[in-house]
Formats: sequence, structure tokens, C-alpha cells
Amino acid sequence: MKVDILIIGAGPAGMAAALAAAPSGARIALLDDNPAVGGQIWRDGPQAHLPPQVHEQRRRLAAQSTIQLLTASRVIAQAGPKQLLVEDAACARVIEYDKLILCTGARELLLPFPGWTLPGVTGAGGLQALIKGGLPVAGERLVIAGSGPLLLASAATAQANGARVLQIAEQASWAAVAGFAAQLPRWPHKLLQALGLWHPGYRASSHVIAALGDSHLQAVRLSINGQVKEVPCERLACGFGLIANTQLGQALGCRIEHNSIAVDNWQASSQVDIYAAGECTGFGGSEKALVEGAIAGHAAVGDLAAARHLWPQRQRWQGFARALQHSFALGEPVKQLATPDTLICRCEDIALADLREHGGWTPAKLASRCGMGACQGRICGAATQVLFGWQPPAPRPPFSPARIDTLLQLGQPE
Amino acid sequence: MSQSADIIIIGAGIIGAACAHELARRGLRVLVLDAGRRAATAAGMGHLIVLDDNPAELALSQYSLQRWRDWGRDMPADCAYRQNGTLWLAANAEEMAVAEAKYQVLREQGLDCQLLGAAALQAAEPELSQTLHGALKVGGDGILYAPNAARWLLQHAQIELRMARVVEIDHRRVRLDDGAWLSAEVLILANGVYARELCPELPLQAKKGHLLITDRYPGRVNHTLVELGYVTSAHNASGPSVAANIQPRPTGQLLIGASRQFDSEAPEVEPWMLGKMLRRAVDYMPGLAGLNAIRAWTGLRAASPDGLPLLGEHPQRPGLWLAVGHEGLGVTTAPGSADLLVAQLFGETAPLAPDAYLPQRFLGVAAHA
Ligand SMILES: Cc1cc2nc3c(=O)[nH]c(=O)nc-3n(C[C@H](O)[C@H](O)[C@H](O)COP(=O)(O)OP(=O)(O)OC[C@H]3O[C@@H](n4cnc5c(N)ncnc54)[C@H](O)[C@@H]3O)c2cc1C
Ligand SMILES: Cc1cc2nc3c(=O)[nH]c(=O)nc-3n(C[C@H](O)[C@H](O)[C@H](O)COP(=O)(O)OP(=O)(O)OC[C@H]3O[C@@H](n4cnc5c(N)ncnc54)[C@H](O)[C@@H]3O)c2cc1C
Repeated sequence: MKVDILIIGAGPAGMAAALAAAPSGARIALLDDNPAVGGQIWRDGPQAHLPPQVHEQRRRLAAQSTIQLLTASRVIAQAGPKQLLVEDAACARVIEYDKLILCTGARELLLPFPGWTLPGVTGAGGLQALIKGGLPVAGERLVIAGSGPLLLASAATAQANGARVLQIAEQASWAAVAGFAAQLPRWPHKLLQALGLWHPGYRASSHVIAALGDSHLQAVRLSINGQVKEVPCERLACGFGLIANTQLGQALGCRIEHNSIAVDNWQASSQVDIYAAGECTGFGGSEKALVEGAIAGHAAVGDLAAARHLWPQRQRWQGFARALQHSFALGEPVKQLATPDTLICRCEDIALADLREHGGWTPAKLASRCGMGACQGRICGAATQVLFGWQPPAPRPPFSPARIDTLLQLGQPE
Repeated sequence: MSQSADIIIIGAGIIGAACAHELARRGLRVLVLDAGRRAATAAGMGHLIVLDDNPAELALSQYSLQRWRDWGRDMPADCAYRQNGTLWLAANAEEMAVAEAKYQVLREQGLDCQLLGAAALQAAEPELSQTLHGALKVGGDGILYAPNAARWLLQHAQIELRMARVVEIDHRRVRLDDGAWLSAEVLILANGVYARELCPELPLQAKKGHLLITDRYPGRVNHTLVELGYVTSAHNASGPSVAANIQPRPTGQLLIGASRQFDSEAPEVEPWMLGKMLRRAVDYMPGLAGLNAIRAWTGLRAASPDGLPLLGEHPQRPGLWLAVGHEGLGVTTAPGSADLLVAQLFGETAPLAPDAYLPQRFLGVAAHA
């Protein structure tokens, strides 16, 4: 299969990139590992309530005969220059492209603390995704902890589906949260969103200490502004912000800076003909992702004027992103939550004490098998990056588990 | 500068660990220095296998396998030792003849082995291609998770393991990357493919290998499966080559190898080589195509010109002992290598004739003998 533009990730950034590139007549493939387009924020499911804007975007994508949607598809390997090997449930193929746009988004940062692997404990965004996917939470008592606006978004979704949100523990200080809120009038739409999400159980300078229970969660021990408090509950949702999905970019040789794919004004990466947009270039919400995606889409088809026209808009949302990152920067206390026997790698059962001495991701992995389990280091790799500053190396093919049949398509070098 | 130990070993891979273990058992104080670099021991397949390309290889691997079987009784579970046997697969009549010749050689050594016809092979391993002609089964072969075995060998009161990189060897002392010098009566160089950095005169070449591991499929395969083409065709090629090698892990995962390349030392998994290696494995086990691959990686084997390790004192550098060049068989031959080296150190009669492995064969005679 050959296309002019291949877009990886069909969240806001990827959808916007496809729609921006489409008028040029280019043949476009938009690929995502989820069964439907929408990415993290517009994740579909039986209990999802998607805004009208999303249905409009989807309708426009479907109406473009030059855009081919490849959902439930994963990138497995680089098959050659400008070629990616891709697999879905039924088949595998090599896609050849002229230009590649990476819109791989972000995932939630989960930091380990005592009890974080107990059933009943999830990520904050993770809980939101579970609820959209149909998880019943009506009548359940819920505590949310961690950092950033996603805590409030998660609380809103849980409450709308009948959960009782008892407490929201934000690690950032009141000063930081208030400072962020004070900047919100510069982004009116975001202000509405934030006010709509305000919650009486919200506390700043607060964090989780431990999840308590034997076989499942029974209570949460919290530090609320310096005071220790135990809250009985059925669920704990903990998210410490987002971490960019840079792995594919890194594997393709794109420069990584500040844990994000580095891009220039045209959203071009350090690799020729590879662009990147949205959360994978630094987190900042769906508006930043939409405008960056559009710029990348225009630039990739050579419509530089249209791309440039969007620069001011991008600047505005990048300002919001900077305020977000600054206000909710992780403080030391949440990096010290794990005790020596807290598991860091839950797939391979590796505790903090077994890891710390190794001084780097690769030696730790060699000595302890950390990151070699089912999640392939997506969770513990991000945690050790934040806790110890360890840089995970570029992923090796297969980038995600793949049928051997698929790998048989990898041919001779040019 | 102080005398840090009786003996300093450079490298805590399976070879350094086996040497340390044997020396500590004899009461010596051993300091093992390791730089935490990509080691063959962590990358390899850990197949404990008798190879008979030449009499010296056969003697060393056969002796070592007996040692592993003895150790196997005491090793902790995380070393994942199993005596599951090897099946050497014959794809055609010519390879079946090779299997028969191999059978004669191994039987002469008193090894437990057996020739299987096509039907017996199907019964033993139903997942294998029905076009195969048969196999040679070697019952004493096994498997091991080598990184944990190395760690187990190092657990001894007389052994100190220190994370440090040696940057220079000067007579009976070594300089670490922090500038400190450490000295001992005897230095043992056991740092695998990196030995050339400290001893450029060593005739070692890196041979890159790719491996891939699948998801868990318990019970699909029982023996370690190796193609005999490994001996007849692929092996004598000097260019990149592959050979089917399928090993069942105790977890139910399948470990699939193996590739050989001389021209590439970069750690990257090369997609074309991965494809080539897997196509070969699928030729032998068609059902593999439907299984899920989890992860692939590479490692470097340190190859000497004749494929045998260098075991003994450096002829021009007294006090420096070599235990390098184990190529694709170092996990298997670690116990024998350690015993050979230590016997020479103590001036004892070695359990095997040491001549075929002496460094002199490449480095010439002693400078001041
Ligand atoms: C769990 C979670 C919940 C969130 N909830 C909200 C919310 O409620 N409100 C809000 O404002 N923001 C939320 N966010 C932030 C969100 O990331 C952004 O608002 C927005 O979705 C970013 O858009 P994007 O297109 O850059 O990335 P994403 O929306 O993350 O989209 C990236 C897409 O690429 C796919 N992908 C990644 N790598 C590959 C690959 N190798 N192969 C195939 N597909 C791939 C991903 O599965 C995903 O569908 C959430 C983030 C997370 C992680
Ligand atoms: C892909 C592959 C498959 C294989 N399969 C098998 C198999 O099935 N069966 C088998 O028997 N063998 C197999 N082998 C071979 C076997 O793995 C090696 O022969 C064996 O592991 C070599 O061990 P070693 O201790 O010599 O070297 P290594 O394991 O490489 O250890 C060397 C150590 O030295 C350290 N080091 C390096 N430089 C310095 C320095 N300057 N200072 C201090 N420390 C230093 C490193 O950190 C490292 O820990 C395979 C090898 C590969 C690559």
C-alpha cells in the first residue's frame, strides 16, 4: 500500500492533520490502535458522551474519499526507508509513505505508592476511559489523587455516571492552582470547562500516601495539606499528569527534547519528511493538539501559507500548555511515595529496593527484568524516568506484540 | 594502592562468575569488577548443548554439561534450569546422514542419544513440519536463564562484586574509570567481546545475533529444536546467515534464534534480519506464524578464529590470565572453562587436556620463558 501522507494517531491532532491535508488531493491514511477515531479525549464507548464537534469531525473525515481510516491497527516495525509495517486483527501490510505525521498523543503518568497495584486502584484518565467503556460506578465511593486538570475531568465523568467523589487530592500548592486559574481568562473556553469541574472535595498541597486493603481496595491514606487522613472507599483514581508517547518518533530517529518529540515552526521533526503534532510534542490539551495537527497537515502538503496562518492560534494554546506544565509541575513529595518494597514494575514484580542501585534503565532492565513484561515498560519506564531521571532507550521492533506472520513480511535491505 | 584481593576478575558475565565461583570454593578472596555493559550472558539463549565441530569443542561442552547437571540440583528456581534435551532436525536425506554420523560420534563418548525417524519425530514434537526426515535426540542437553545463574555463582562470602569499569591493565594492577588503581597477584580477563579494548592483540571478532521471544504457549514444544543445516550449510557461510533454533522456556514462551553477522556491532534489531530468521524458523515449525511475538533483541558473541575460547595465562603478560572468546557457546562451556583455567593457575593436572584452548595458539610463545 502506498500513500502520500501517513498519519499515526487519530486523536484531535491526527484528525486535524488529515482534514488540513485533504483539500490538496493527497492520498492519506489515518491509523490508530483504537477501534474508533477520537484519541484520548474523544474516546468512544457505551457510556461516552461526545461533543457535537467530534461527530462533525468524524463526518468530515468519512466524507473524504482520499482519507483511508485504518483503525485497530498498530505500527510494528520500520520495514525500510519510508515504510512502516502495520498489523490489524485480520492482516498485516507494509505502508509506503512520502510524508509521515506522528500524532501519537500522551499517556497517563502513574507513579508507584504503597498499594497502587491493589484491585480498585486505576489511573485518573484510566478510570475515565473505563467508565466510557461501560464500567459501572453508580453508588461507589471514589477518591481521586495526583495532579493536573485531568483529575477534575475524571471526577466529572465519574460523578455523571453516579459515583460519589469524596475527595480530590491535588499535589500542587493552592498558590500554583490559583495562579493557573487566574490565567484562565486568557483562554475563555477553558475557563468555562474549569469552573464547570470545580468540586467541594478538592484540596491542594495534598497527595496519596497509600492504598489500603488486603485483596482489594478498602480505604486510602491521604496527606491533606500536611494532615494524614484515612478515607474508606471502593475506588482510587491516581494520575500524575501526562507523558508524551515519543517511542515511535524515537525509533524513527527523531530528536527528543524535554521528553517530547522536538519540532520546528512547521511541526517538522529533526528527521526529513517526518512531522509531529499534539501531545507527543508536549502536553497541553486538545486545542493545542488540533491547531498543531492542522499546521502539520498543511505543511506536509506544502501549503505553507495556510500553516503560517495558524501560528498565532498555536502560540496562544502553547502559552496555555506552558502555564499548565508550570503550575502542575510535580513536587518532591510525590516522587518519594514508594517505599523500598513498593513494586515499580508490576508486570515482573520488581520493587523499588531492587531497582534503585542500578543507576540506569538498561542495567536495571538487564539485572532485574524491569520493563520486560506485558506493558513493555510503558508504565515503569515512565515512572523511573520521573523518579530517577532514567532515559529509556529507543524501542526495538516489534514496537508492540505482533503475530510472527506479520514479521515474516520484513524483507531484505535495499 | 592496596592488595584488594587475591585475584581480580574483570567481567561478571557467566565466564567471570564461573571462574570466581571455583576460586572462592578453593578459599581465595576474589574481587569481581563489572561495568554493567550489554553482556552476551544477558542476551543469549542459554541453551546448554553438546557441540562436536571438533574434538576440543566436544570435550569442553561434554565436560561442562555434566557440571551443569550437577549444579542443576542446587540452583535456585529463578535460574530456570531444565534438562529438556535437544532435537537436531534433519530436513532431507543428506542431513539425516549427518544426524547418523553425529549419533556415532556422541555414542562413542557415552552420551545419551537416539535417532528418530519422521514418525517418531512427529510424535515427539507434533508442531514440527511434516516434511522433516527425522532427528537426533541428545538427552543430556538443557536450558538455563544465564543472568541469574551468573548471579547465583557469584553468591559466596569470598567473592566481592563491585560495579566499576576497568580502563587499563598494567602488569598486576588495573586502573578504574575513576582513576583508582587496584592490584592482585592474578588478574583474569573475562569481559567477553570487550576484551579487545584492554588487550588489542586478542584475535576476537564480534558476531552479532538476533533473538525473539513469543507470548506464553505452554506445552507446544518440549525439546530445544535446532536444525542440522546449522552444521551443513549456514555454518560455513561467512556472510550473514540464519539457522532455525526454537527453545521452549519454562514459562511456555518460545525463544527463537538465531542469526549470525560479522559486519554489524550496532545493538539495533535489524528488521530484514529478523524477518529472515523467522522465515527460517517457520519453515521448520509452520504453526509459529500464528503465534504472537513479544520482543526481539540482539547480542554480540566474541569469536576467536578457530571458534574455541582462549583459556590460560597471556604468554607475554605474566599475571594476566585470559578467559575469553567463547563465541556462541559460552554459557554451556563456562564450568569447564573455569575448571581448566583454575587448574592451570594452581599448577594441577586439568580435567581436560588444556592445549587446544591455550592463548599461545594465537599470541605466540612466552616472551621471557
Ligand atoms: C487517559 C487520558 C485521558 C484524557 N482525558 C482528557 C479529558 O477528559 N479532557 C482533556 O481535555 N484532555 C484529556 N486528556 C488529554 C489528551 O491527551 C488531549 O486533550 C488530547 O486528546 C490530545 O490529542 P492528541 O491527538 O495529541 O493525542 P491523543 O488524543 O492521545 O491521540 C493519540 C492517538 O494515537 C494513538 N497511537 C499512539 N501511538 C500509536 C501507534 N504507535 N500506533 C497506532 N496508534 C497510536 C493512541 O491510541 C491515540 O488514539 C487525556 C489524556 C489521557 C492520557
Ligand atoms: C544471540 C546469542 C545467543 C547465544 N546463545 C547461546 C546458547 O544458546 N548457549 C550458549 O552456551 N551460549 C550462547 N551464547 C554465547 C554466550 O552467551 C556467551 O558466550 C557468554 O555469555 C559469554 O560470557 P562472558 O562472561 O564471556 O561475556 P559477557 O556475558 O559479555 O560478560 C562480559 C562482562 O564484562 C563486563 N565488562 C566489559 N568491559 C568491562 C570493563 N572494561 N571493566 C569491567 N567490566 C567490563 C560487562 O559489563 C559484562 O558484564 C549466545 C550469544 C549470543 C549473543
